[in-house]
Amino acid sequence: MHTSTLSELARALEAGETTSEALTRETLERIRAHDGRYNSFITVAEERALEQARAADQARTEGRAGPLTGIPFAHKDIFCTEDLLTTCGSRMLENFAPPYNSTVAQKLDDAGAVCVGKANMDEFAMGSSNETSYFGPVTNPWGDGLVPGGSSGGSAAAVAARLVPAATATDTGGSIRQPAALCGLTGLKPTYGRISRYGIIAFASSLDQAGTLTRDARDAALMLNTMAGFDPKDSTSLDREVPDYCASLDNDLSGLRIGLPKEYFSDELSPEMAEQVRNAVREYENLGATVKEISLPHSHLAVAAYYVIAPAEASANLSRFDGVRYGHRCENPQDLNDLYLRSRSEGFGEEVKRRILVGTYALSAGFFDAYYLKAQKVRRLIQQDFTDAFNEVDLIMGPTSPSPAFAQGDKTDDPINMYLEDVFTIASNLAGLPAMSIPGGMVNNLPVGLQIIGNYFDEARMLNAAHRFQQVTDWHQQVAPNGV
Amino acid sequence: MSISRDKIEQVAWLARIRLEDSEKEALEGKLSDILGMVDQLQASDTDGITPMAHPLDATQRLRPDEVTETNKRERFQAVAPETQDGLYLVPRVVE
Amino acid sequence: MQWETVIGLEVHVQLATQSKIFSGASTAFGAEPNAQASAVDLAMPGMLPVLNEGAVRMAVQFGLAVNANIAHRSVFDRKNYFYADLPKGYQISQMYHPIVGKGEVSVNLSDGSERTIGIEHAHLEEDAGKSLHEDFQGQSGIDLNRAGTPLLEIVSEPDMRSAEEAAAYLRKIHAIVTYLGISDGDMSQGSMRCDCNVSVRPKGQTEFGTRSEIKNVNSFRFVEKAINTEVERQIELIEDGGEVQQETRLYDADRDETRSMRTKEFANDYRYFPDPDLLPVEIDDTYINAIRDGLPELPDAKQARFVTEYGLNADEAAPLVQSQALADYFEQVARGSGDARQAANWIMGELARLMNQNEVEIQDCPVNAGDLATLILRVQDGTISGKLAKQVFEALWNGEGSPDDIIEQQGLKQVSDSGEIEALVDQVLADNQAMVDDYLSEEVAKKQKKKFNALVGQVMKASQGKANPAQVNDILQQKLTSSD
Repeated sequence: MHTSTLSELARALEAGETTSEALTRETLERIRAHDGRYNSFITVAEERALEQARAADQARTEGRAGPLTGIPFAHKDIFCTEDLLTTCGSRMLENFAPPYNSTVAQKLDDAGAVCVGKANMDEFAMGSSNETSYFGPVTNPWGDGLVPGGSSGGSAAAVAARLVPAATATDTGGSIRQPAALCGLTGLKPTYGRISRYGIIAFASSLDQAGTLTRDARDAALMLNTMAGFDPKDSTSLDREVPDYCASLDNDLSGLRIGLPKEYFSDELSPEMAEQVRNAVREYENLGATVKEISLPHSHLAVAAYYVIAPAEASANLSRFDGVRYGHRCENPQDLNDLYLRSRSEGFGEEVKRRILVGTYALSAGFFDAYYLKAQKVRRLIQQDFTDAFNEVDLIMGPTSPSPAFAQGDKTDDPINMYLEDVFTIASNLAGLPAMSIPGGMVNNLPVGLQIIGNYFDEARMLNAAHRFQQVTDWHQQVAPNGV
Repeated sequence: MSISRDKIEQVAWLARIRLEDSEKEALEGKLSDILGMVDQLQASDTDGITPMAHPLDATQRLRPDEVTETNKRERFQAVAPETQDGLYLVPRVVE
Repeated sequence: MQWETVIGLEVHVQLATQSKIFSGASTAFGAEPNAQASAVDLAMPGMLPVLNEGAVRMAVQFGLAVNANIAHRSVFDRKNYFYADLPKGYQISQMYHPIVGKGEVSVNLSDGSERTIGIEHAHLEEDAGKSLHEDFQGQSGIDLNRAGTPLLEIVSEPDMRSAEEAAAYLRKIHAIVTYLGISDGDMSQGSMRCDCNVSVRPKGQTEFGTRSEIKNVNSFRFVEKAINTEVERQIELIEDGGEVQQETRLYDADRDETRSMRTKEFANDYRYFPDPDLLPVEIDDTYINAIRDGLPELPDAKQARFVTEYGLNADEAAPLVQSQALADYFEQVARGSGDARQAANWIMGELARLMNQNEVEIQDCPVNAGDLATLILRVQDGTISGKLAKQVFEALWNGEGSPDDIIEQQGLKQVSDSGEIEALVDQVLADNQAMVDDYLSEEVAKKQKKKFNALVGQVMKASQGKANPAQVNDILQQKLTSSD
């Protein structure tokens, strides 16, 4: 069963060909047997999962089953799950079992989905290679020694290795799409405000958005149907109707206007990558879409603006980790400041500390205008670029990442180079736009991601475009050689 | 732009991050690189542009003034490092 | 040299909402420690603030009461600092776009003059928790029940020129917030707290001197004392050739001195920036006007009405409107007795004296308004003399019964029977022949009048104060004239 997609499993459950308990047992077994190779899980919730599975089977016999009932999946370890360890990839939260559920976890619970465990991730979602996790790096099933991307590297590796059919993830600057690209998956980051952030451990509040890592667009639509929606507990959640994202998957693409930003095909992108992306876009022309070059003139400033805004917000968001109410507390603090200084220095890893310092600096007296306010102005320019572009086109397409999966250790000593992994993905977070990555080609036998950026709340159109592409291509069906 | 050792120390204090001397040295280089990259912003023309704090042009929803929470102290303090008599403990606070 | 004092006050008012400003936890006093600290108040990971409409409404009520501009758009910022009672490591406040803009209040001073004090702005923010310093094995205990209680911080212009003005301003703010019912204003419980910015400058100089900020001033009386003490300190310091430091000082009421708070290793840098978890607060004229229509009669309007409706002058009316309860009490007495001036005299005289002496507020005053009105009526209708009325009042205060019972039981009824009085006069004249002779032989009219009054005194004494003084006068006059 493990080669099946989420929707195939849902059909099998519906048809009575299997049970959730059987699926869940198989899933847990495979994780036990194989995850040593990927390190994609921080916590496996065997008992809890089996309980949920049995409840799901019960619900099905009582006629209360929905499309996700009984489906095993993984949560990125950034989603608070009640009484289940939620570490955010950090020593700081090594022993933290939240006394509450995130809204996403609650919705998936309520839908009867079975959380088999918590996926590894870059510490506090800060990283693009899953090498900053306190619980060790994650290996990409596409090759030993290769990174899966980050920060949702555990979620991506687990799906790519066929350990689970789907995983939740979050995307602050590309943390869903870049791992999707590097692991050959479909990764969806919806519009900011589409999915509640309540109970998701915050990195950068104005950029964070939850989403999915799945095998294909149909599965993403199924997950989004359950995860999306207004939440009164999140002030930035939008009170807007959630359409059935599955209903429009098969819509005809003729007349669809696609824009290719010329800035996304510049020096950062190797000619081989560019060729794969252009080939993928050609498929869309075959499907009836029209393609034109567009310009997003402020694209080159996105990374710079992001590395002011995200660390600034993070520096405040991470102040609550002070060793008092939860989380790591140093031994025998001498005084209050000693408690703060040592608990935080011991609890946070190097990259997290670095970003806290950058953010604190950008907000400090004398630098606030030049960094923080300036970055916010540039953010508006970047958003304006998209607004202009969407007057001319329906979807924007381009590469997701500058290169396919790279070797572990390659960029760990060069933060700037690591940051540039997200050069194509960051802008949509700054603007709050929905974006996804789907498998669009191969370079050196490694997957290449095609990024699709939509207008606000246009997830249905993006999923439709992704699905139609996946009906005529098989990039998404390529199996990682080290998968199981 | 490069960042001085003094400034690193000041910022680390504000953020309550303790740095070993060896870390400070490594940070000087890396933070200077990051700030150098970020300095690309300075070249952009942003005259008359309103800063954008939030991606959506939405406004704050207001919650009715109602008590909706119950006492969950035991649950919350189960994850706390140190408590006594319902209080969180910290090293003696001097006013 | 002549010095001028310049004072500005920052008044923190706890708003009387049911729930906290950003969570649904109760704000009630007196709960077990941390029993009213919700996951949001505890800054648990992933928790998000949602703004309480009640707090917004109360801020707007205050703004309208002081004729301030109400911001149609206000923004919450994060004020970053670490402290044991601040769970998030930042306080949510309004730095750049407060909800209430410039306004003003007028205050009445003891010399009968009136002054207008500007309000620079007022903003919403959240209160912190409390550190308890009982010894927990050398540690402090943190109670976060108060964390997240809504505060309105009211910042005055540096418009006050004396401690008396500052105290009058504070009283006025207290009156306004209690009239509005947006706070209980209880300074002893910390529901209203005051920081005083104090500086001195040579009279005539236009620039301000360096100011110090006095914290922890928690009663009306201490505001005056603390300011006077600090002003003396500053003047002495400057006259001795020293310089005032811009610093925060703590008022020690026991020693009546201010002292510098310990300075930190590095100066604070609060790194304010807009809270990305909250969106701009937009309120429209419909909302504002509905609140305006529901405002109660406020102190100034009430004072003006007392002048026109009851014929008091402004000096008499001003102290009566200091609290809603006192004003209501006055109106009941004035209406019940039909004599507003007497009602005002009694309330600001005997009643105020006994309340002060016993440290009792009008709400807990043992003399109810109806009884005071009856007492005034009994003086009016001649049942008792004005002098004995004070004795009745004390008995009322001591709970000895109704006015009529007390008059009856203590035999204080005024003697107006002319036969009885004539008998008394005859007796006195007979017993004091020397005084009568003395009176009759006096030639200077003024001196003679004095001697007449001495005889009146004797008659009153003989009647134990119960004789109607006017009748005593008449009868004595007749007798002395006829014996002439």
